[in-house]
Amino acid sequence: MLDSSLQGGFSNPPVQSAQAFRAALSAMARPGRIETLGGATAPAPTSAAAATLLLTLCDQETPLFLGGAYDTLAMRDWISFHIGAPIVEAGFAQYALGTWADLSQATLPTGISDYPDRSATLIVEMDTLAATGARLTGPGIEVEAHLNLPEIKAFQANRALFPLGLDFYFTAGPHLAGLPRSSIVAEL
Amino acid sequence: MSDYNFAYLDEQTKRMIRRAILKGVAIPGYQVPFASREMPMPYGWGTGGVQVTAACLTPDDTLKVIDQGADDTTNAVSIRKFFENTAQVDVTECTQEASVIQTRHRIPEEPLTEDQILVYQVPIPEPLRFLEPRETETRKMHALEEYGLMHVKLYEDIARHGHIATSYAYPVKVEDRYVMDPSPIPKFDNPRLESAAIQLFGAGREQRIYAVPPYTKVVSLDFEDHPFEQMKAEQDCDLCGAGHTYLDEVIVNDQGGRMFVCSDTNYCATRCDAGHRGRLSPEEDAA
Repeated sequence: MLDSSLQGGFSNPPVQSAQAFRAALSAMARPGRIETLGGATAPAPTSAAAATLLLTLCDQETPLFLGGAYDTLAMRDWISFHIGAPIVEAGFAQYALGTWADLSQATLPTGISDYPDRSATLIVEMDTLAATGARLTGPGIEVEAHLNLPEIKAFQANRALFPLGLDFYFTAGPHLAGLPRSSIVAEL
Repeated sequence: MSDYNFAYLDEQTKRMIRRAILKGVAIPGYQVPFASREMPMPYGWGTGGVQVTAACLTPDDTLKVIDQGADDTTNAVSIRKFFENTAQVDVTECTQEASVIQTRHRIPEEPLTEDQILVYQVPIPEPLRFLEPRETETRKMHALEEYGLMHVKLYEDIARHGHIATSYAYPVKVEDRYVMDPSPIPKFDNPRLESAAIQLFGAGREQRIYAVPPYTKVVSLDFEDHPFEQMKAEQDCDLCGAGHTYLDEVIVNDQGGRMFVCSDTNYCATRCDAGHRGRLSPEEDAA
């Protein structure tokens, strides 16, 4: 194990994870709204927001899929020390981390009709987050919201599965936005 | 009390509850199973709500707890003290000042804002439970969107009483998909389930968490010829004179005397302070 993987956790886990959860809750409950969170640092290229999200939501009970450039020895070491989540293939994952290019190719669980909650939550790393681009409507949005989604079609197909489907977090640096399966995505 | 972890629960438990809350938010109205813990209070006293509140609280929060609208009843007072001791959060009785509100069976009269979270204590989360006792079956009914039985129940109300007699825990359909039990709030409160706040529901004994995100469509079930009707006592509040609030009937003596007062004590007190008077308000000092 690399010594560096012992670094980067929360200094005050109960409080920092509570604050991070509130940002995550607000992002999921208000799709498109950009929240700020931090406190954790994971090996590159993982953003602060993604690292904080992993530390807040994942533990030994949540199989995790690492996409592409995120599946490194340093990242696996960091996860096994701080989180303990088993690293699995996409089909068994409850959480997934990667870029959209990595994750859009993977086949992740979308839940079953009796238990639609048994589906994966994706943490999609982005270069930037901005309230422009795709138009979002649905639960959590009063009129409409906008978010620079990496594409449109995949999210429309995801919505068509409702109440099954995947839930998304988009992260860039310390910023976070959410897109639950219930959101209706349209081109601007 | 510094020997407790922040907000009582251990971090592993809070992560598990938080994951369930987020899935609940993503699938409005769907009941997410979670591994409810034993809490230092009996089932039926709001263990589900307490666990959801514990998973949401941050040290910066201001907590309000109400029981049937009242801030000063046993259940509300003890839960408020519990979090004062274990999370050191500020507490308030004022609806506008609170960032997290835990409630038993009422929605505050004051409209909630985007910065607030409303946590409901839920006894029986499954709206179909008294119609179909088997969990395997009700789960299938939700999966297949098979809600005919619920309409039959409402129809039988009409056949027997001439109107829909269900007056609390009135079933709603969330975002045109899941039929949901809004917890035993009076149906007077149903229209306010469409809110700017995040609404989270926790059922401790039944081990379910569900949610209604802000601005989510929540429709009370009804029929074209028997539309949903809000219901309240016809009187005005005897303390603050409000005619638009949900009222409690209070027996005041053994000669059949009774009075009607706002069930939301904070709302009533605020109105009284603002000079509103009701039938039984004390006389103003002549001085």
